Amino acid sequence: MIDFLVRYPRLGRLFDLLLPLLATLAALAVGAIMLQLLGANPFVAYRALLEGAFGSQNALADTIVRATPLLLVGLGICIAFRAGVINIGGEGQFIAGALPATLLGLSFPDAPAIIIIPAALLCGFLGGAVWGSIPGLLKAYFNVNEILSTIMLNIIAVQFMNFLLRGPMIDPVQLQAASAIPQTARLNPAFDLPRWVPTRLHAGALLAVVLAVVVYILLWRTTTGYRIRAVGFNPDASRYAGINVKRNIVLALLLSGAFAGLAGAVQVYGVSHRMITDGSAAGFTGSAGFNGIVAALFGKLHPLGAIPASFIFGALIVGANSLQRAMQVPAALITALNGLVVVFVVCSDIFSRRLARRRQIGVAEVGSKGAGAQGGGGAGERPPTAANVGPPDSASAQPAPPATAAKVGATIKPVAHVAGQEASSD
Amino acid sequence: MISQLFTEAVLIGILTSGIRLATPYLFASIGEMFGQRSGVLNLGVEGMMLMGAFAAFYVTLTTGSPWLGLLASILVGTLMGLAMAVISVTFQAEQGISGIGVYLFGLGMSELLFKKMLGTVETVSGFRPLAIPVLSDIPIIGPILFQQSAMVYLAYLLVPVAWFVLYRTTFGLKIRAVGENPAAADSLGVSVKRTRYMTVTLGGALAGVAGASLSIALLNVFQQNLTSGIGFIAVALVYFGGWRPYGVLFGALLFSMVNALQLWIQALNIPIPFDASELLIMMPYVLTILVLMFSAGRVRKPSALGAIYERGT
Repeated sequence: MIDFLVRYPRLGRLFDLLLPLLATLAALAVGAIMLQLLGANPFVAYRALLEGAFGSQNALADTIVRATPLLLVGLGICIAFRAGVINIGGEGQFIAGALPATLLGLSFPDAPAIIIIPAALLCGFLGGAVWGSIPGLLKAYFNVNEILSTIMLNIIAVQFMNFLLRGPMIDPVQLQAASAIPQTARLNPAFDLPRWVPTRLHAGALLAVVLAVVVYILLWRTTTGYRIRAVGFNPDASRYAGINVKRNIVLALLLSGAFAGLAGAVQVYGVSHRMITDGSAAGFTGSAGFNGIVAALFGKLHPLGAIPASFIFGALIVGANSLQRAMQVPAALITALNGLVVVFVVCSDIFSRRLARRRQIGVAEVGSKGAGAQGGGGAGERPPTAANVGPPDSASAQPAPPATAAKVGATIKPVAHVAGQEASSD
Repeated sequence: MISQLFTEAVLIGILTSGIRLATPYLFASIGEMFGQRSGVLNLGVEGMMLMGAFAAFYVTLTTGSPWLGLLASILVGTLMGLAMAVISVTFQAEQGISGIGVYLFGLGMSELLFKKMLGTVETVSGFRPLAIPVLSDIPIIGPILFQQSAMVYLAYLLVPVAWFVLYRTTFGLKIRAVGENPAAADSLGVSVKRTRYMTVTLGGALAGVAGASLSIALLNVFQQNLTSGIGFIAVALVYFGGWRPYGVLFGALLFSMVNALQLWIQALNIPIPFDASELLIMMPYVLTILVLMFSAGRVRKPSALGAIYERGT
């Protein structure tokens, strides 16, 4: 099978792209078994899910609205993971962006919307950037693992939000009411993001798609992006090449947090128009901080890949709600399925890597044949050791998660690809 | 006022809660420590704890026996650990990310099972406090240390056992070798895969027990997302404790004592600035970050932690 794919590089590339889809199908198959065990007909259930997500104009709009924060968070995740930094702080950064954005709108209720809306989005961006830069600085200068610090900062952000919404930022109406629901007042309706009126679709979705292109350009068409990716591929090589690794780690986490923060601001101004908490992070974020990671991974950590990926996961979330209504299957099933998708997608990566390595061996064999020297087997069996950084746009052809890619030398893929074509034209 | 804290009864109360609260962290962190010492970062602990907590709660509720509940949590935890081993060792998946997947799976699955099989929040009579004869009569120390439930004693017993296994047995030597230099260990005939399978599965089983300690010993309830971050903190405590059993014990105790302190401050209605109980809840987490800041550089982590090992690379 792998031999076959090595022989036909186009098929091989197609296989690379199809792999996450195959992994998802496998996860959905497991989901079908779970549905069966829950006493629901999986076909009927998946149909209810699809109809809930795409069945009508409103359903489709809801799906896009749900996908928007996933895409924005996912863009940040692409930047961080490309730099080899695992940012699990999306939830906290989302909140850290939503808080100043909401505060701005509440503080100037009579200001013109044309000023407030962009300023609020900027506030969200900056708030997230600040919250994201903390684990960045901790990692770069204190050697604190970013996975741990971002988890802690998530909890701290949630508690800070609970404090503000229960105290200083609480809706004056709620303060008088006996219920005292911890929520802010509704923002001035003039500040609502423009909406496509019969539905809930708001302009934030468009912004997210535009930003996906911006992030793509940033990562693959600018020196900054090249440095970020280089640090992710091989920090040691980057350091020798004169790249300031620490600064780029901070930058990557800062940008990653900024996009999550922007997602928070967009969520407030586009959907909820106020902040409200049930005490947990998910109560406000809808787990966008975690699901954004899932979406970004699914899009192979490519900003443009994240667009369809977040759309699919937005659909899953919206569909899960109608599944719950139609068949009394708890929506938690979809959380579990999301987990399975992540697991299956990262597990399926091994096939991509094997394929990449076999291509590599193919190159080595061609090379040794050309030189007419030392037994091809010996050269072929030696796996790649040095992970080279490659030219700035090399990875755009073959997006691969840096954390794993660097270890097996899959970054040499593009070279292998060219050589593979030569081999097949022989 | 603050002086309320400094009465004997309250101080004993804080220390007793602190000892008790460390239980889930100890089980989960010691289990995670084994995995990490062999080179596998398991971020799915939280999900495994949730599944273990539900299994223990459900079995205890239906059979009435907390020991059977504990057994169920071990079983479920072992299965989850085995799954994580397949993912990280056989499929060589990126560990940080696949751990998040396992977490999401456990989070969703435990909520799904809870809603389908129970539906409402119920309480269960789990492990009761078990006073150890003679020792529990010692003034001050007795009530703090020796009037806890069986799960608490087990958790503290686990620490020296883990130390012994890690530093005084062949298995422990293999674990450390595989985590430091898998290639060298492999060349000496130690199976990297088998060692990692065993540590990650063990870690899963202990994560399950950690969940059980919440649902049938400390809280005696189950609800969705019962653990609310304890599993992630447990992973942090492994770093905090420098990958050593007694370091982990110190970290878990420090964290739990601060937590117990803030719970008591709230319970005693001691006035706090801005009336901000949330700021108190944050305390242990802020403290953890601070300690990580100043300790992260000192202790070297297992060299192969998080790295995929393949023969010949």
